[in-house]
Amino acid sequence: MGLLDKKFNSGGVIITKVDDLINWARLSSMFPMTFGIACCAIEFMTTGTSVYDMDRLGMAPRASPRQSDVMIVAGTVTFKMADRIRRLYEQMSEPRYVISMGSCSNCGGPYWEHGYHVVKGVDRIIPVDVYVPGCPPRPEALIGGFLKLQEKIRSESLMAPKALERLMKKQEA
Amino acid sequence: MELEDITSILKDKFGDDIIREVDENASPQAIVVSPTDIHRVCLELHTNERAYFDMLSCLTGLDNGPEAGTMEVIYNMYSVPYEIGLMIRVKLDRNKPEVNTVSDIWKTADWHEREAYDMYGIKFVNHPDLRRILLPADWEGYPLRKDYQHQEYYRGIKVEY
Amino acid sequence: MANEIQYQYQEDNLIKSEPNKYREEDLKSEEMVINLGPQHPSTHGVLRLEVVYDGEIVRDVIPHLGYLHRCFEKHAESLPYNQIIPFVDRMDYLAAMNSEHVYVMGVERMLGIADKLPKRVEYIRVLVAELNRIASHFVAVGTYAMDIGAFTPFFWLIRDREHIQRMLEWASGARMLYNYIWVGGLFYDLPVGFEERCAEFVKYLKPKLAELEGLVMENKIFIDRTANIGVLPLDLALNYGVTGPVLRGSGLRYDLRKVDGYSVYPEIDFDIPIGEGKVGTIGDCWDRTDVRVREIHESLKIIEQCLEKLTKEHKRTRDFDPQELVPKKIRPKAQDFYIRGETPRGELGFFFRADGKSDIPFRCKGRSPCFVNLSIISELSKGSLIADLIAVLGSIDIVLGEVDR
Repeated sequence: MGLLDKKFNSGGVIITKVDDLINWARLSSMFPMTFGIACCAIEFMTTGTSVYDMDRLGMAPRASPRQSDVMIVAGTVTFKMADRIRRLYEQMSEPRYVISMGSCSNCGGPYWEHGYHVVKGVDRIIPVDVYVPGCPPRPEALIGGFLKLQEKIRSESLMAPKALERLMKKQEA
Repeated sequence: MELEDITSILKDKFGDDIIREVDENASPQAIVVSPTDIHRVCLELHTNERAYFDMLSCLTGLDNGPEAGTMEVIYNMYSVPYEIGLMIRVKLDRNKPEVNTVSDIWKTADWHEREAYDMYGIKFVNHPDLRRILLPADWEGYPLRKDYQHQEYYRGIKVEY
Repeated sequence: MANEIQYQYQEDNLIKSEPNKYREEDLKSEEMVINLGPQHPSTHGVLRLEVVYDGEIVRDVIPHLGYLHRCFEKHAESLPYNQIIPFVDRMDYLAAMNSEHVYVMGVERMLGIADKLPKRVEYIRVLVAELNRIASHFVAVGTYAMDIGAFTPFFWLIRDREHIQRMLEWASGARMLYNYIWVGGLFYDLPVGFEERCAEFVKYLKPKLAELEGLVMENKIFIDRTANIGVLPLDLALNYGVTGPVLRGSGLRYDLRKVDGYSVYPEIDFDIPIGEGKVGTIGDCWDRTDVRVREIHESLKIIEQCLEKLTKEHKRTRDFDPQELVPKKIRPKAQDFYIRGETPRGELGFFFRADGKSDIPFRCKGRSPCFVNLSIISELSKGSLIADLIAVLGSIDIVLGEVDR
């Protein structure tokens, strides 16, 4: 901080795009929801604690969907759970992102063939931004997924909200 | 303590017909009783001081398929003071699988019977709360039956990969 | 390629999939139903509790399961014996080695090759299983402390657990779900240098455990939250079929490693800790946690003895092949078989029926300790306060993958 202090001590000015500023703020404090389903949740927990220390990337787990920006679907999604995941997703406030962690939530994983009660991919229920492969993914892989999501947010624009445009087009049609 | 001691306890109390069959090949060794007798056999084994099977380890439902036309329920119990295990099997009719509950003897049986009901549709008579336990309440069919075909869609989501 | 969203929303979806047991007319005028979970940080996964309250007092608890039902038994009926092992791993994902050990032992006994295994294989199995038991108890105690409100123990324990995970990864190639113990042997011998590093780890961990005891077990707040809470009498525990630390916390010296004496456990000297009611009543939440912490010490003892044997009596040799006895085709004789063993959570049992004609079991049921242990929750928490319900639930230490299978 010392360097920045000296640069701006007499009320300096930064010129930047609003998009960049907002994106920068958004991507540096993504709050994931504390929401584990199965085996991957243990690796998610490990990512959050001392050894891998997710907090250094500005990610503090929040217990409520209403306070969180990212939902990490960490584990096998079953049909009984499908309704709940949809409900949780709808409770999150926009802009919201979803990381699908592990093979099970990507595509059904090892349960794809005989798992009559397993949803073959969480993307059949909610839209997914980043897929993290692995069974379970290493904590490094999850952090990699976060970095990918940061990249995605960095390229977003307030001026052209794509999702809203698409929605309006649909309503017009 | 051996299997003969257990069978003699039961035979003394209920007569020789109570045990249909003895399977010494199984591990722990198994006896086969009729579904109408299972409750009193279990109660006797639980309360008799010479047997004292105080722990029901496992209760398994089993489907022999539509050709055989039978279902089975298998009870694995263990006696902590005498350190012996016992397996009891009952055979049910596949078209009308019904057997008396043992959940009033061992509370363990409560959830295990609900699971057997969930997976096989075996009805446990006098069970206090026979609902589906693992699958959703509006799920169709009993998944571990040998002729089970899962439904195509649930809430509009395709079940198949 | 991402899928289309197929989910169809209807207002009563949630109610239809799992209706509450209590309806409005069942309640007395002061009572209310509150739903806890399935997304709740302290239900240890996706357990849902329907709780009937009267003010602060819990009147009834109805657990709703099945949010993680992954059809283990269907898979076990569709796949050959050796391909089921990965699914056994995923049942109790915190103690995969222990679950594998029990399952593999069952198949080996059915095949009749259990007595022919080399001693080195058996000792390696016990070594990795006990390492995993420590890792599992770390998570159990850590998350329990977090439920009660202490964050630091969790961080400390996960830090130490990471060492175990890295060691087991070195041996098996995976961090959590190992598939290391095979029917008839092992995936591979221990890597060169494993024994030395493991001995180093034991030396490192011992002083850390003293820290843990000071931080958690003797902590005034922890004792206040757990002593005399959720007391489980022994007769009730037996009637519910509860096993593992929950049963031992109630004061019965019942451990399948001693009772059944499987693998090489009879050759190893260790104690079975039981609840003694040091700070409260026998069978309270504190006792259950205390049993877990003291079991870590016992596991370390077992590990030390295994290392002793593995470096002296049953040394690594050039021509030792851990896959020597692995059968090409696993086809047991027609029989019914029930095998059980002690995992960190209690008695894990597998019921097999082999038909003698195929490599696929006709029926394989997993009797999981958590499923049975969880059924006492409503008995234990009736009449307690809301906050104590969480304390009771955490002390049972459930893994939802095993509850729902």
